[in-house]
Amino acid sequence: MCLAIPMTITRFEGNYAIATANGVETTVNYAMMPDLKENDKVLVHAGFVIEKLDEEQAREIEETWKEYYEVMEKEEKKNMPV
Amino acid sequence: MNRELVKKLAELLKNRKLKKELRIMEVCGTHTAEFFKTGVKDLFPEGLSLIDGPGCPVCVTPNAFLDLAITIARDYNLIVATFGDMIKVPSSYSSLAKEKAQGMDIRIVYSPLDAVKLAKDNPGREVVFLSVGFETTAPSEAIAILEAEKQGIKNFSLLSCNKLTPPAVEALINADEVKIDGFIIPGHVSAIIGRKPWDFIADKYGKPGVITGFEASDLITGVLSLIDLLEKDEKTIKNEYRIVVRENGNEHAGKIIDQVFDVTSSVWRGIGELPGSGLKIKEQYSQYDAERKFPATPPPVKEHPGCRCGDLLRGLITPPECPLFDKVCTPENAVGPCMVSSEGPCSAYYKYWRR
Repeated sequence: MCLAIPMTITRFEGNYAIATANGVETTVNYAMMPDLKENDKVLVHAGFVIEKLDEEQAREIEETWKEYYEVMEKEEKKNMPV
Repeated sequence: MNRELVKKLAELLKNRKLKKELRIMEVCGTHTAEFFKTGVKDLFPEGLSLIDGPGCPVCVTPNAFLDLAITIARDYNLIVATFGDMIKVPSSYSSLAKEKAQGMDIRIVYSPLDAVKLAKDNPGREVVFLSVGFETTAPSEAIAILEAEKQGIKNFSLLSCNKLTPPAVEALINADEVKIDGFIIPGHVSAIIGRKPWDFIADKYGKPGVITGFEASDLITGVLSLIDLLEKDEKTIKNEYRIVVRENGNEHAGKIIDQVFDVTSSVWRGIGELPGSGLKIKEQYSQYDAERKFPATPPPVKEHPGCRCGDLLRGLITPPECPLFDKVCTPENAVGPCMVSSEGPCSAYYKYWRR
């Protein structure tokens, strides 16, 4: 029930916004996230924008996990029997 | 996340050698389903167990709520609007699907605002929306009431069974019936409430938790992160879903919830009545509160004697340990809600578990 879909805001119509994902367009309520603008990436749950996606954080997280993998890989090699 | 990196992290998880056995609980029903669906559960290293928690709103809704909804609908001959997940859930004596087959006017909606529109389009009929859900859904239900008020729609009301998740997690820790080393914390509940409200798990009970999302990459990194916290004995709540979850959550949504609802106690299937774990409509909006608007006396609550959904939701058993699972209880003929909801642990095991 807490499923939410990442979508992109394409335009505004009155009190609603139009969002798209994979070619599907839908009308969304954005009362919970009033400072939206066109091209914002958002999370939509039951027809409501519940949050804006922070793409900077996405890049940072990916970078952190890349480093994590490199460290763990080195550790693994170090622990391998010679 | 980059596909190659996800593959590498999946290998890391699969080959991880644990220092000791670990038992982690996923609180959220959407996580329950996604762990199976993505195959991430199959990557768990030896010694790591996943316990399903009370995070499926449909599953934790007690029979009494559906009994009341059906009684109101019968007594007042009104339109019931509901999310699709609720339609096949057994009540004490019936279900919405059975009632619909016998002529009750039940409409499945995608959004609470669809129920407001239904009321607008049917001015001669009363429309009651069955408001079931956690913090993720509560603001949209509050907005539906505000929208009805704004448009002067008087034939719309909401039957609230909205629940707040942190008190249920705290109740499980306090009950101490099952050993839980750490928690995978719901991503979209946290989008609304933020990371901070989960700090009590670490500060008060000395257990770590990780907030994560729902893609395979999120599940893998969430579990790796939780294993690391447990093995380093770091008692903290880490946010691995920062793309969506902020420290204080969505403050606009929080204000909307506070405007329409008061916090109250609520009954959870299997857990019982928990103070501060529910939402009731404020007095100011009582004309939109179906419970006040349509007084009704439902029949005494009856539980199916063999159904162990309650034990399952407390993490005491896994679905195959229930004697009804995959025998009497199947998705086509569900005895308990955990088999009905797509996010219920029984439904997930039925679909994906290797027998």
